[in-house]
Amino acid sequence: MAEATTTRRRALKVIGATLGATAFGAAAAPIKHWAENLSLGEVLQKHYQELTPEQLKGVLSRLEEETLHRYGANVTIEDIRPEPDTSFGYALNLSICIGCRRCAEACHKENNHDRATNNSYIRVLEMQKGSLDLEKGNAHYDHPVPAPDKFYMPVQCHQCDNAPCIKVCPVQATWKESDGIVVVDYNWCIGCRYCEAACPYHARRFNWKVPEIPANEINPHQSYLSNRIRPQGVMEKCTFCLHRTRRGQLPACLEACPTGARVFGNLLDPSSEIRWVLEHKRVFVLKEELGTKPRFFYFFDV
Amino acid sequence: MKGTRDVTGTTLKKKDLALLYPRFLWQLFLNSFRGGPLFYLWMTCLTAIAVVGFGAYAHQVNEGMRITALTDHVSWGLYIANFTFGVGLAAGAVMMVIPAYLYDDHEMHDLTIIGEILAIAAIALCLCFVIVDMGRPDRLWHMMPFIGRFNWPISMLTWDVIVLNGYLLINLHVTGYLLYMRYLGRKPNPKVYVPFVFLSIGWAISIHTVTAFLYQGLGGRPFWNSALLAPRFIGSAFITGPAFVIVLLQVIRRALGLQINDRPIETLRSILRITIPVNLFMFCSELFTALYTGGHHSAALSYLMFGHEEKTALVPWIWTALAFNAGSALLVHSKVGLRGLNAACVLAFVGVWIEKGMGLIIPGFIPSTLGEFVEYIPTLTEWRITAGVWALCLLLLTLGIKAARPVLEGELAARRG
Repeated sequence: MAEATTTRRRALKVIGATLGATAFGAAAAPIKHWAENLSLGEVLQKHYQELTPEQLKGVLSRLEEETLHRYGANVTIEDIRPEPDTSFGYALNLSICIGCRRCAEACHKENNHDRATNNSYIRVLEMQKGSLDLEKGNAHYDHPVPAPDKFYMPVQCHQCDNAPCIKVCPVQATWKESDGIVVVDYNWCIGCRYCEAACPYHARRFNWKVPEIPANEINPHQSYLSNRIRPQGVMEKCTFCLHRTRRGQLPACLEACPTGARVFGNLLDPSSEIRWVLEHKRVFVLKEELGTKPRFFYFFDV
Repeated sequence: MKGTRDVTGTTLKKKDLALLYPRFLWQLFLNSFRGGPLFYLWMTCLTAIAVVGFGAYAHQVNEGMRITALTDHVSWGLYIANFTFGVGLAAGAVMMVIPAYLYDDHEMHDLTIIGEILAIAAIALCLCFVIVDMGRPDRLWHMMPFIGRFNWPISMLTWDVIVLNGYLLINLHVTGYLLYMRYLGRKPNPKVYVPFVFLSIGWAISIHTVTAFLYQGLGGRPFWNSALLAPRFIGSAFITGPAFVIVLLQVIRRALGLQINDRPIETLRSILRITIPVNLFMFCSELFTALYTGGHHSAALSYLMFGHEEKTALVPWIWTALAFNAGSALLVHSKVGLRGLNAACVLAFVGVWIEKGMGLIIPGFIPSTLGEFVEYIPTLTEWRITAGVWALCLLLLTLGIKAARPVLEGELAARRG
């Protein structure tokens, strides 16, 4: 009798354990699917700054292949390094910005942002004249611009010299380059989003899903640290279009601006327009009291 | 197979000890599976919840975190809220240790093991919540010192990794050693564990201080950027720890038949009598500073307490928390029996859970740094994962206590053939 009970109990335990293991296996299925898209090279890839030139070459061609495979687009991904004696700065004339958001749209296209979410590194706030209080601003205005009694304030990464986002990153996946641009190694970021919590300017964006872009809309001129298509689950941000600006071009947002409100250039070049603005206009930075030392300046013309 | 063949507890050699330790662990493991129908029912329920949570997590890993309610505005939510609370629970668990060792209360000595097992389970909970919050769990190794790129000492998160894992190791060592000595039927050598007990007391304060520093060091988030945050965290940790342990001791007493008298419970009650009002006082102090001053520093708090225009998602949460905290304060100070005390503990536990989560992590993001009010209401997936992690923590806790019980009672000793 006692033996029968023991046997029955054991049988119940075995059945229970089998059911449990099966349920667990079924629950884990999506992870298996996800892992199939991970290459070993990607998983074991070292930090950008530790890659040898050969390794980096291999990474770039792997990323190009992956883009072709996943998006059906032939792209070139380069590693574009900072130019010597260069320190970039950006200024924006609030008196003439009309809030048309063409900068945000240009950013969206240039930087291969996810189409569905209409992501952009630039957020344009419609502000009430007479106040610089951001809480009184509105990022969701939907009417002809410029509206009376309003002014417009585009905000993007300020490439701070004392950047809170860099300090908080637990794995050094984000850092400042010699030309002042704060970059992210999308293949090193662990997606903890601490930098997003630390940034006082809402400059960082997280890839909550795999970005989706039709092949014919993909900008094929890409670089590793800027506009290549980002993986799911990592942080991204404005890089002053380093793939353009490090080659003497202007940022996409500046080129798109119809009013000429944006001024970009090398702060170390005394003859640059940005230097002229900083020396002759009454410029200010956002939230100066936080001590973040932005490289992005605002000014009023009149 | 129980015990050893030819050694006695007093003549064990080092080599034998090395062999015995894995056997001891194996015995503990086997023991944790033995129990009555109620035990099996409890474990089956927890396992089922954990599996549901794991399924939801697998889904999140595959789909991306878009299936959460998190956004670029509110980028941390339920997971980090629970993580923060869990660190408090782990730190508060040493409230058993302080009276026992600092004030040499011998009746508390045996029970400290229970506090330490709770600390271990709570740290496991924290680590799970950090992992489920990561966008790239496959890159966890990037955070490992020497192998990855550990941004120490600049990033507060790296400090948190160190103190949490350190705390886990200290508690594993003390618990493991004390249980093992009981198993061998030997008197524990105070030199081997007492220094670590004292270390764990200081360390417990450090884990919650560092966790507070994660938030309070961010200049761009005025709601968190307050020097009072770390003291508030410590204060509320010493609510959740004792509150949980009071209930746990009674459950253990009833379910496992361990001899535990009411004295430790009374000691913990007197701790709650201080910490619950102190925590409320600190909250009121924050409230006054923000609301009386007004301006930007009050925006998040007034949104939390009263809402902003039509947006009031957090208002019911925080008022519930305050009501629970105030109710528990009244209860622990009135002459109520164990049942009343248990009610106070549940109220205090839930009250602090809300206050630290929906009442502290979420409003840190609302309004956003550009002044936008984007609300956050967790999705079902997030609740599932959260429930799953809690179930896992309770599983670990149950197994730990179950495993420790015969050792505490001396049933499972190496000397017995």
